[in-house]
Amino acid sequence: MAEQESRTVKGNMATALGAKLCRPNVIPAYPITPSTLFPERISEYIADGELDASMVRVESEHSAMSACIGASASGARVCTASASQGVALMHEMLFIASGMRLPIVMAVGNRALSAPINIWADHQDTVSSRDAGWMQFYSEKNQEGLDLMIMAFRIAEDERVLLPAMVGIDAFVLTHTIEGVDVPAQEDVDDFLPPYDPPHGKLDVDDPATFGSFGTPEYYQELKHDQTVALEETDEVIDEIFDEFEERFGREYNRLNNYKCDDADIILMTMGSMSGTARAAVDELREEGEKVGLAKLTVFRPFPGDLLKEIAGDADGLAVVDRNISPGFGGAAFAEAAGTFINENKNPLMKNFIIGLGGREIFKENFKEMYHKTKEAVEAGEVKEPVEWINMNEEIMR
Amino acid sequence: MSKVKITLGGINEDEGSSKEYKTGSWRTMKPEVDIEKCIQCFKCFDYCPDAAVHKTEDAIEFDLDYCKGCGICEKECPVDAIVMVKEEK
Repeated sequence: MAEQESRTVKGNMATALGAKLCRPNVIPAYPITPSTLFPERISEYIADGELDASMVRVESEHSAMSACIGASASGARVCTASASQGVALMHEMLFIASGMRLPIVMAVGNRALSAPINIWADHQDTVSSRDAGWMQFYSEKNQEGLDLMIMAFRIAEDERVLLPAMVGIDAFVLTHTIEGVDVPAQEDVDDFLPPYDPPHGKLDVDDPATFGSFGTPEYYQELKHDQTVALEETDEVIDEIFDEFEERFGREYNRLNNYKCDDADIILMTMGSMSGTARAAVDELREEGEKVGLAKLTVFRPFPGDLLKEIAGDADGLAVVDRNISPGFGGAAFAEAAGTFINENKNPLMKNFIIGLGGREIFKENFKEMYHKTKEAVEAGEVKEPVEWINMNEEIMR
Repeated sequence: MSKVKITLGGINEDEGSSKEYKTGSWRTMKPEVDIEKCIQCFKCFDYCPDAAVHKTEDAIEFDLDYCKGCGICEKECPVDAIVMVKEEK
């Protein structure tokens, strides 16, 4: 194993570096804030001769994903990047990528959706694509963005999986923030990620086949079931490849990361860059004698319910922190966590906290407040207000 | 119910498989023509929304692989040579 090179890079460059190491053949992309640096870097790599790939300049994100689908069906390794409105515009094509079982990897600079127009961090763009049948990975820091890009290709292209994957890095907090990363050597990534050889046939004019065929009522449900089971069974493959990555490159990943949860009475569950702040809050609360832990979602789809049961099944309280909102119910991770425990004899009392929408700052104190509110509910034995919005400016509310 | 097994991603190794897909299967009414009455004006040919009326040497015939049974041909026929009848399957 060659030594890893230490670099200081913005999040977008970390995901672009990760992508470059995977030697993609085709990168169709339509730049959008805050992930614009990704296609910029990729085009520089190609221009400088560091990457032998075709960059397809398209007129919209819908076209970007369409080009990804065509290229991937032809057997190419394909990646792209987008965010916010761009992910929303590709929505239609996202379902086609997964339905056709194409292992496309997309780096997303997680950003709020309009209206009001806002370019800052939250998870609404990818969470709103939850049902598109893609795997969804979220990064706490730039290193994770880089590593997850490499692992996403390997997992997506595994014969047991063959599904597309998104790798999220929070807008600005990661995309435009410079952090130190360790970059694996090219030969080691080559060894970890063999060339893509699709087992299900290629789009090839010399050997034609039918792709994207009609699925009548006699076939549609079975095809959707087949695809759904494949995504659900991805859990095992992800665990296996996370473990292999750790063995080779020395960095540990878990679908749901357990930080000080084993003896915790109350567990905070987070996703994305806020997890670092939450961990600092947990450390300070621990110093104050509070028995609190942090469960960090690295994989949101397929939802790691099995690990959540293991980690939080014996806790008294679970505070699910969502940087997204599904109006009319609550945060997306809250709904998934609640659903996870629906048939269990024992489950933690659950509260949902909505925070950090549209780039609103998230502080350690916010997590302490969430912890104490959850503790109060546990002590009272009831949850009076299941969904609470945190860090609201009452002065400007109408 | 169909007995053809599904494939990964619905990919069909055979090309041009849409040619095998006959879209008239869900029709409940089908057209019948009385050749004796037909004056070969071909209004049915012009108006058929599915190109399911073919001209023949002496009149017309219906392509029941694709006819959806909409009845526009019956409506447009100026000499009542076409009638829609219930299709027993």
